[in-house]
Amino acid sequence: MEAKNYPSNRLLLSGNHAVAWGVKLVCPDVAPVYPITPQTPILEKITEFQSQGELDMELLTPESEHSAMAACISASATGARVFTATSSQGLLLMHELLHYACGARAPIVMFNVNRTPASPWGFWPDQLDSLAQRDTGWIQLYSETPQESLDTVIQAYRIAEAVGLPTMISHDAFYVSHSMEPVEVPSQDLVREFLPRFEPRYRLDTELGQSFGAPIDQATWNRSRRDIAAAMALVADAVTAAGEAWGELTSRAYGPLEQYRMEEAEVVIVTMGSMSGTAREAVDAMRERGEAVGLLKVRLFRPLPAEALRQALAGVSCALVLDRNYSPGMGGILHQEIKSALFAMSGAPRLHGLLAGIGGVNVSAEKIQQLVDDCREVEPSVEAQWVE
Amino acid sequence: MELINYNDEELFQPGHVACAGCVEALSMRVILNTVGRDAVATVSPSCGAVICGAYPFSATKIPVFHTTLESGAASASGIKRALLSQGKPDTTVLCLAGDGGTYDIGLQALSSAAERNEDILYICFDNEGYMNTGGQKSSSTPLAAVTGSTPAGKTTRKKNLIEILAAHRIPLIATASPSHLNDMAAKVEKAKALRGTKVIIVLIPCLPGWGVADNAAVKTARLAVESGVFPLFEVEDGVHYTLNTEQRTQSVNSYLAQQGRYRHLSAEQVEQIQADVDAEWQRLLWCAAGR
Repeated sequence: MEAKNYPSNRLLLSGNHAVAWGVKLVCPDVAPVYPITPQTPILEKITEFQSQGELDMELLTPESEHSAMAACISASATGARVFTATSSQGLLLMHELLHYACGARAPIVMFNVNRTPASPWGFWPDQLDSLAQRDTGWIQLYSETPQESLDTVIQAYRIAEAVGLPTMISHDAFYVSHSMEPVEVPSQDLVREFLPRFEPRYRLDTELGQSFGAPIDQATWNRSRRDIAAAMALVADAVTAAGEAWGELTSRAYGPLEQYRMEEAEVVIVTMGSMSGTAREAVDAMRERGEAVGLLKVRLFRPLPAEALRQALAGVSCALVLDRNYSPGMGGILHQEIKSALFAMSGAPRLHGLLAGIGGVNVSAEKIQQLVDDCREVEPSVEAQWVE
Repeated sequence: MELINYNDEELFQPGHVACAGCVEALSMRVILNTVGRDAVATVSPSCGAVICGAYPFSATKIPVFHTTLESGAASASGIKRALLSQGKPDTTVLCLAGDGGTYDIGLQALSSAAERNEDILYICFDNEGYMNTGGQKSSSTPLAAVTGSTPAGKTTRKKNLIEILAAHRIPLIATASPSHLNDMAAKVEKAKALRGTKVIIVLIPCLPGWGVADNAAVKTARLAVESGVFPLFEVEDGVHYTLNTEQRTQSVNSYLAQQGRYRHLSAEQVEQIQADVDAEWQRLLWCAAGR
């Protein structure tokens, strides 16, 4: 597709600075943010933009992530477009308010840098922090590269505001957050065309007199969850629509899933985040040798695009789910989710769950090729296996 | 008799769900009407949140956002910043909270908002305990008071929140009592005109929680003021103290005797509380004299 003629600017950016550039282009009204490694470069860069007058935004620096999210929710309820960013412990501290944000139907956009939760202390890429929030009612997107992180921040506002749900985007600590690559930074005009003004119907406004969040009876609470379910059902299409519209303007289209060299694939690697980049290399090497191996990258994790996953994996004989997270007593969370998505599917692939890269240990392209070789002829075990 | 002098624009409506005889509803009525229509409130879980009413009803005419227990001041900050971004700097943002949501679990967020000097008016309805959950102690519960979690009487003193807030050097901290409604309205009026973080602590004798007769809440509040247990005063910029009642006319015992939560006190304990109140009163006089 031919992209519209907007000039863009190619800059060498880390993943976190790419996020900050995305925020600058969106120009949210309010940003309550609290520092945490390895998120802090996002905070510092948007603060720099704001202090230099390049970003007209109310910046709020409270004493904790808990208060940051509380301020996000009430600012959003007042009709403001809101951004925040966090990581690991900070996200876990927000947990109570993550539920609250969804119930309040606040279309907040938050960037999370995936980092190991303590104890013991670690600062390494691991997706348990955000995956542990999967029942809080946030849309969850995972990004592989700095470019994708910038593009996704902007798309996330369109998605969140279209369905009325908060949206979290995550990229891996250091592998993405601090790695630099050339990033196409789109023009302000392009973003203005892509992102409509935020004008919510329901908001705290002295002219409207609406109040929110008062105690309710059982039936009304039940109805509020059905409303959330109805909104969740719209998310996959909203992600597709935003990704396609973005593609028309930039030539970089996105969807809930990305299929890489999946044609006639017999074995498919399923993963999220920076691991996708390494898996791409492994797939290229194996395709080079004539092996029918492909990559299925999960970009939209919540709501999980189950139907699209089933279609993508139809006819595939073997799939390996690489989880950079470990849920104690259960295994890999993506593995569990894919298993349930494929439940009762006729001709479903043999599904191997592999705990690979937990705590940020390196998983090389060679290692992934070896895992494919080890798994392709073997019956999978029910439980996920630790990768040595 | 002093007439209550404020303009009732009916911003607080009948049909609220406070206990019969509760002076928190009375205080809320005076405060909301003094603040006026150009206001948005956030309320953390507390008697105040219940009094405002359950969906789909609301006893308040102004928009109210219900937030979580520990985040009152953060929630108010978010509303204020959103209003600023919309070019509405003059809309008053109220934070309505109990003492649990202020002295205890909400203190961190309040301290941070005060440090940032967010332009909010924070009202703490201080009934000296978690009365909405059936009456357990908070750090605002006074020495020797019986609560559901201090059945033999609290062994430590009430936290001096005013001194903590004064250390933040915010424009205004004030105490107010439902026995002195004109003073309360005047303080709200004054706070409304100031920019920055303003905190008003309103003493709310809780009928079931304190063991006060249904018709005695105002009387009990008045005795708290007149005995010096709860003096009415203001602290401006954290350093300038003004006492609004300069004389003590009642003994502490006359206040304590109104309440079931102090029924077990020995004469010695009453003396100790009187001595504490005397010392604090002297300190306030000293502060008010500018020393």
